[in-house]
Amino acid sequence: MSATTLGAGLLAPSRPATFWPTGWVAGLAWIAAAAAIALLPDADDLGRTQALAALAAGVGGLVLLAAFGSSVPALALRLARLREAGPWLIVLAAALTAWELATAKYAVLPRPFFAAPQSLLEVFTDDYARLGESVWHSLLLVLPGYALGAAIGFLFGIAMGWSRLVGYWAHPVVRLIGPLPATAWLPVAFFAFSSSRGASTFLIALASFFPVTVLTWSGVSAVSKAYYDVARTMGASPWFLVRKVAVPAAMPSVFVGLFMGLGASFSVLVVAEMMGVKAGLGWYMQWAQGWAAYANMYAALLVLALMCSGAVTLLFRLRDRLLSWQKGLVRW
Amino acid sequence: MVSGARLEVRGVSHAFALEKRALPVLQAIDFIAEPGDFVALLGPSGCGKSTLLRLVAGLEPPSEGQLLVDGVPITGTDPSRTIMFQDPTLFPWRTVRGNAQLGPEARGSLAANAARIEAALSLVGLDAFAEAYPHQLSGGMAQRASLARALVNEPRILMLDEPLGKLDSLTRLAMQRELVSLWQRERFTALLVTHDVEEALLLADRVLVLSDRPARIRADIRVETPRPRRRDDAGLVALREEILALLGLAQAA
Repeated sequence: MSATTLGAGLLAPSRPATFWPTGWVAGLAWIAAAAAIALLPDADDLGRTQALAALAAGVGGLVLLAAFGSSVPALALRLARLREAGPWLIVLAAALTAWELATAKYAVLPRPFFAAPQSLLEVFTDDYARLGESVWHSLLLVLPGYALGAAIGFLFGIAMGWSRLVGYWAHPVVRLIGPLPATAWLPVAFFAFSSSRGASTFLIALASFFPVTVLTWSGVSAVSKAYYDVARTMGASPWFLVRKVAVPAAMPSVFVGLFMGLGASFSVLVVAEMMGVKAGLGWYMQWAQGWAAYANMYAALLVLALMCSGAVTLLFRLRDRLLSWQKGLVRW
Repeated sequence: MVSGARLEVRGVSHAFALEKRALPVLQAIDFIAEPGDFVALLGPSGCGKSTLLRLVAGLEPPSEGQLLVDGVPITGTDPSRTIMFQDPTLFPWRTVRGNAQLGPEARGSLAANAARIEAALSLVGLDAFAEAYPHQLSGGMAQRASLARALVNEPRILMLDEPLGKLDSLTRLAMQRELVSLWQRERFTALLVTHDVEEALLLADRVLVLSDRPARIRADIRVETPRPRRRDDAGLVALREEILALLGLAQAA
């Protein structure tokens, strides 16, 4: 049986093979962008202009192929998801063209504060080794910190929701300390930890700890008493009630905490890398700014955004798997 | 085969603490249910019927009095005394089978009870839906799943807390019949809480009519009519009038 998720279902009712006008328009828009990039003269001496034009033309060619494929019954189903992205493909082509015209071609936006698209491409083609290394260092820093904070927050939240004593003492502390931005602890962290790595891990963990704690706690507190009664009449031990009733019932709320914590951890990561750590994307951005290499900075920012949304996507996938019992998320 | 247990309720009174005031809900309740009896507790809504079931289940101790099962005082919950609630209270994160195996799993005897779990699911007619999640079930199916979950524990006292209260009338009729045949086969002691006079008379051997809160036993009525019972049976109709009169709801004939 084919049923899509609720969101996707609302946007795109699956249709059989038909003419895809949006796809043809999008493909031509990318070809037009490529033509503008290649044919109009650059206002300044820029590299990689023809490479960017080739890239845009390539995208345009692929989209046109897909538009053609949409009319072929055998391929139509595989291209259904791409069809959803049709309007975005047009907007992205238009945005690229506008950006190219405003920077490289007519220099409406002043250099070096605004970088041309081909300058970003140049960063990726020439400095990919250093960028890749920065991504690797950032991941090595953010992932353990995030996981540590989330794990401790999860356990702490359960303890707070379960035990009245823990709740009594922890609640005011969490309420008072929690809303502070984790970066406010920077001086304390660098004093308490001998290495900048330790201090950063602590701060990143702190950033994910708070939302995960609060939402796990509220999730556990909101579990219907009837569930406990049912399990108790059947001979469940308190440990069983925690593991098999409180935790699964609280999971939807826990995931909200995990999402919020992820965003907080990434923003602390960048600050930590700018302040003390001598590697990673935050450091790369700081370094690029120091040399007024704004194209490098924008490139790093783009990579950071992709990294962050990639992590969110992974978390979404995990949630959909674990919480498939929730209404509306079920896939057959 | 496990048989029903004998339940003695001796001078049980109970009160809730509500904003520092004691709110009495049960007053001097006294009755004995013999093994295999089907006793209905009938009373106006909010009179404390369900509280009595919670006491029998051992979820709460009574403020006063004693509850005994086969002569042994109730000190806590036990799988031999299982409640089926008005809401199915299925765990939404577990499949129907996962819910049915809750009791054995909680007691660490899942492997030994695998066959019983399947048997309970087919008994309530849900074997084809074992992998379905609760939100995919209709109201009647969810209550059946809840019944299977209770039966897996081989209860000696099965407490039914208005289990059919939220079902549509057709499903309700079907499930009333199923409950009776199940009880006739398994011979557990059944305690049914309901505010539906007809339902009490169709199902039970004995109807305890309770008063408004705090609940006292107003009448202990034996229903001798043989099963299967018809709701238009002359004896039942007479009893129905008698009970409604007791509840102050006599119909002007």
